[in-house]
Formats: sequence, structure tokens, C-alpha cells
Amino acid sequence: MLQAVTLSCRRGERRLFSDLNVKVEPGTLLAVVGENGSGKTSLLRIFSSLLPPEEGSILWDGEDIHQLKELYSGQLTYIGHLNGMKDDLTPVENVMSAMALAGEACSRIEAQAALEAIGLKRPIHRLPSKVLSQGQKRRVALARLWLSTRPLWLLDEPFTSLDAASTGVVTQRLHMHLQRGGLAVIVTHQEVDLPAELMRRLRLTG
Amino acid sequence: MSRSSMWEAVGGIVRRDLLLAMRRRSDAAMSVFFLVIVVSLFPLGVGPEPAVLRTIGPGVLWVAALLACLLSLARVFTADYVDGTLEQMVLVPQPLAVLVVGKVFAHWVISGLPIVLLSPLLGLQFGLSGESLGVLVMSLLLGTPTLSMIGTIGAALVLGVRGSGLLVALLVLPLYVPVLIFGAGAVTGSMAGIGAEANLSLLGACLVLSLFLAPWATAAALRIALE
Repeated sequence: MLQAVTLSCRRGERRLFSDLNVKVEPGTLLAVVGENGSGKTSLLRIFSSLLPPEEGSILWDGEDIHQLKELYSGQLTYIGHLNGMKDDLTPVENVMSAMALAGEACSRIEAQAALEAIGLKRPIHRLPSKVLSQGQKRRVALARLWLSTRPLWLLDEPFTSLDAASTGVVTQRLHMHLQRGGLAVIVTHQEVDLPAELMRRLRLTG
Repeated sequence: MSRSSMWEAVGGIVRRDLLLAMRRRSDAAMSVFFLVIVVSLFPLGVGPEPAVLRTIGPGVLWVAALLACLLSLARVFTADYVDGTLEQMVLVPQPLAVLVVGKVFAHWVISGLPIVLLSPLLGLQFGLSGESLGVLVMSLLLGTPTLSMIGTIGAALVLGVRGSGLLVALLVLPLYVPVLIFGAGAVTGSMAGIGAEANLSLLGACLVLSLFLAPWATAAALRIALE
């Protein structure tokens, strides 16, 4: 279970949110919505431990994540608004190196299967990633979700520049993750097409 | 958390960086070309007097190697920072300092090792003897990893700052001075017949010290850069 306790965040002079309490139970998804600049991404980065909160703490199964450190990193898959991929590598190489880095090394065949699952066909696997479109690059980044065995997913605008079909595929994958008892926190502008009982919405007002 | 997944992550970083360097050979070749050009200009500028060249040789070679190393430093983390892989590195379930060692090792293989391998050829232009060439290679072999280690602290500190190239130079050059003195001193010492052991030992000590301290400092700087 992921829990935020009396969280507050300030960026520069601006207070983004304060005294925020929220809980994410296994098998549920927290959708963080709000206007641009309302602190959605900052909240996600606090959840990921990249950004220390000004006040308050994040608890994972009751323990502070800043105490758990690497143990906590071993529980999560974080995909930020940057894709975290190299333009000079092919999609397959990108997926493989991202997974190896995360400590979940996968084979070339597994990487290809993940890319196909998200709708990137074989011929594309051999191209350098710099020639791909924005949506295709986003899909390469999201292909990690098909290989991840981590219980907690933190996704920043996963559906940006995806077409309707890919959005559906990613939503399905999220649904499967939740059904297996996984947790997810996503920042999004779009409606997420998931059953209402699996999803909670947190609106940041800035 | 096991040891094997730690090696997996470090190996993954080294492999990826070497693969990227293979795809963009011009980047890696730049610092080597810089070294060759600078070192080759000195005999042309100073004149072909063998005694003069022999005297200035070790210093020129070491200064050029140091500047060539500095030239490639700005690139160590910038690309990772811009494309988001640095975030992923920080969130790896391994100590960040260990990954930094992998990153520095890859940087050294790409920009330091070619310098070491080329140095005897460049030393010949200055009329260095066989023994001095050996000492030159040895001193660079011990010294260039130290330069990479210290340099990455600076590279991590200036991440996301405008005009970072100059800033890295200002931050890092003072710390390079001991390595330069011991490195050039080892070669000069061997030429003067007083032996190079003392200076080489000091270079080794610098390497060990930087290997223990630099990764932690770099890791801390990277975390701050990402906040």
C-alpha cells in the first residue's frame, strides 16, 4: 500500500499543495488530474522519491520510502514525461538497456514481444529511435510495462501523443496490472477507461 | 538487491555507453584529435631543437591529455539528463555511486584509453627515450582514470546550467593540478635518472582516493540536479 501523509510541496516561491493525504490500495489506480502547473508531476516525482517533499512523508507498506531507499526503488517502475531512451539505439536496444538498468534484464525476444504487444511492428525494431514519431517513441518507453514485474507503476502522462488504439492497449495493460493486485499512480489529462471501482481521482487545484 | 543484479545494472550501463559511442564515433574521436593536434603543434612552434623538446615533452603531453579529458567531460551526463535516462538511473534499486563507477569506466574507455594508447607515438615527436615512453604510458594509465573520476563530480555539479563547459573547467582544473604534477614529474624523473616510482606511487594513491570518494560526491550531485 502506498500512502502520502500530510504532504506539502513548494517549487520556488509557489506552494503547490499542502497537507495532502492520500492512500493507494493494492489493485487500485490513482489518477492525478489538474491544470498545467498544479503540481501533478511534482507529486509523482515525490512518490518516486526523486523529489524530497517539503513536509510530510510517503509510506510504502507503512515504512518511509526515504528510509527504504533501494528497497523501495525495487518495487516501482517509473516512466516520466521524458521517455528515457537513446535516439541512436534501436527500440529493441532501448527496451533491453532500460530493463537491464532496472535490474530486470530481458532477452531480445522478450523485448521484441513487448514492442509488438504495444503495436510496434518488426521492421520498426531495427530503426534508430530518432526516426520514430513522438507517439512511436512514447510506445517504446511504455513497452517496459509489458516486462515489468514491479507492483507499483508511476506514469506521467502515459497517453500523450498515443493514438486511440494504443491508448486502449495501454489501458488494458493497466487493467491487467490492477487485477493482479498491482498499484498505479498516473498523471493524466485524458479520461482513463477503467472500471470506476478500480480508480480514484485526485484533483490538484494549484 | 543481490550482487548479480548489481553487476547486471553496471554492466548494462557500460554496454549501453560503449554501444552509443560506437554509433557516434565522431564524438569519441574529437578528444583524441584534439590531443594529436595540440601535441603536434608544439614541435612546429618551438622549433626542432631536440634538447628543448625533450625538456618540455612530458609537460606538453600531460597538459594536452588533461585538456582532452576535460573536453569530453561536459558530455558525460548531459545527454542522460536531457533524455530522462538519468532519472531512471537514480531510481535503480542499486546504490547510485556504483552506477556512477560504471559510467566513469565507460567514459574512460571511450576518451581516456585512446589517449594512453596513442601517447608513445606522440612522445616520439619529442624525442623521449624508450624507458621514458614506458613511464609516460604508465603515468597516463594511472592518471587518466583519476581525471575521469574527478571530472565527473564537476560534470554532475553543473548539470542543467548554461555555459556548463567553462564552469566544469573552472571547478575541475584546480583539482587536476596534483595529477598533472605527479604525472609529468614521473616522466621528467625517469629522464633525469632519479626514477619514477615515487611519482607513480602518488598517482596510484590519487586514483585509489578518487575511486573511493568521487562516486559518492557525483551521486549526491546528480540527486540534487534532478530535484
